[in-house]
Amino acid sequence: MKCDLVVVGGGPGGSMAARAAASAGLDVVMLEKRQEIGDPVRCAEGVSKRSLHKMVQPEPEWISSEVKGARLYAPDGNSIVMSEDRSGGEVGYVLERKVFDRGLAMLAAQAGARVMVKTRALGLLKKEGAICGVSAMRIGEPLQIEAPLVIGADGVESKVGRWAGIDTTLKLDDIESCAQFLVQDASIDDEYTEFFLGNSIAPSGYAWSFPKGDKLANIGLGIQGSRSKPGEAVRLLRQLMKSHFPNGRVVEMVVGGDPCSGPIDSAIADGVMLVGDAARQTDPLTGGGILNAMKAGVIAGEVAAKAISAGDYTRKGLQEYEAHWREDIGKTLARSFQLKEFFVKLTDKDINQLIGSMAKEDISKMDLGGMLRILFRLNPKLLWSLKSLII
Amino acid sequence: MLTVNRYKCCYCGACVGVCPTCALELVETWLEVSTECKECGLCAKICPVGALEVRA
Repeated sequence: MKCDLVVVGGGPGGSMAARAAASAGLDVVMLEKRQEIGDPVRCAEGVSKRSLHKMVQPEPEWISSEVKGARLYAPDGNSIVMSEDRSGGEVGYVLERKVFDRGLAMLAAQAGARVMVKTRALGLLKKEGAICGVSAMRIGEPLQIEAPLVIGADGVESKVGRWAGIDTTLKLDDIESCAQFLVQDASIDDEYTEFFLGNSIAPSGYAWSFPKGDKLANIGLGIQGSRSKPGEAVRLLRQLMKSHFPNGRVVEMVVGGDPCSGPIDSAIADGVMLVGDAARQTDPLTGGGILNAMKAGVIAGEVAAKAISAGDYTRKGLQEYEAHWREDIGKTLARSFQLKEFFVKLTDKDINQLIGSMAKEDISKMDLGGMLRILFRLNPKLLWSLKSLII
Repeated sequence: MLTVNRYKCCYCGACVGVCPTCALELVETWLEVSTECKECGLCAKICPVGALEVRA
């Protein structure tokens, strides 16, 4: 089997890449190793409404609920509210990923991409040192797909990068170990996403409640890998349920690893581009990765079309992707990484002080950047090392 | 050796992302461990459900 481009992975990044490349006229094959796209979910499903609409017109069934804003809880129980749309760009819609991911794969298929499910990439095909396709297993049978270009959108467990010589192995400091329950509970706030901070709640991470409507919410937490031990994420989540949602009914369980390494040195190699979690393009501070993956996917798909028409599949020919994604999301990722590196070291006393300091401020209309500037003004000593990032 | 408790594993793939030798591969609900495994235990530490264990 032959084509212009193989996209490995049928998540939001892969589907947007396949769609963009197919729309530009390429013969695209997208591989998804699972038999069902979008399931099981490994995500808290929050996205910024505005950013999503910039990329795609969402179908109503992709969205579980729309939220008004975000509420942050300090370990001592004090809370502050940040307003809708602008709270870090990660709030707005809570998606139904099972439907959303399928919807995006349909868009790729409609644009002309061939989607192959239950088809797992096993390695890269090489001829005289150059990548010339992907060897795969399709429903248990070997399959070789010849193509001069491969996009690796294969998620946190990405192999495509490693096969192409890009080391994407995550250090334990650079991954959050996450667990989440889908919970039915009368105490759930349907209108606000909630964030619970504290080292006994989620060491070097946070816990969240992302409402899905009708008193249903994704309630979960992530902890820094280096502070994890076997089964710790689920243990802490059960503890959170007891302390915060004692009457909650768990109707689904989700676990996963969230990359928070900041931008990798290179997301390209000869014949290969990496997209989304595979390229560690998740925001290291919030853990949000859907929109970044989609943005990078579109860029990679467009660059793939240019590379094919120019006949240059080398690293040099793909440099435009590298430059473009760094310009678009790379700076924010790098900044978020530095902020994360600072915030993961805070004690509960520090967090109480920071959130307490804003009790008299009206931050309800502010985004994360605005809130950080206020925080810095009120707590210059504690936040001094972040001076260059905030001001 | 590295053992996988398949009754616990929720096949999330977090372990695959941290494996320094690329010894793990998630095939839908089945986590494969190859002979490349050096029993470093990083995967066990990160596992959200505690499905992995390095046994002597």
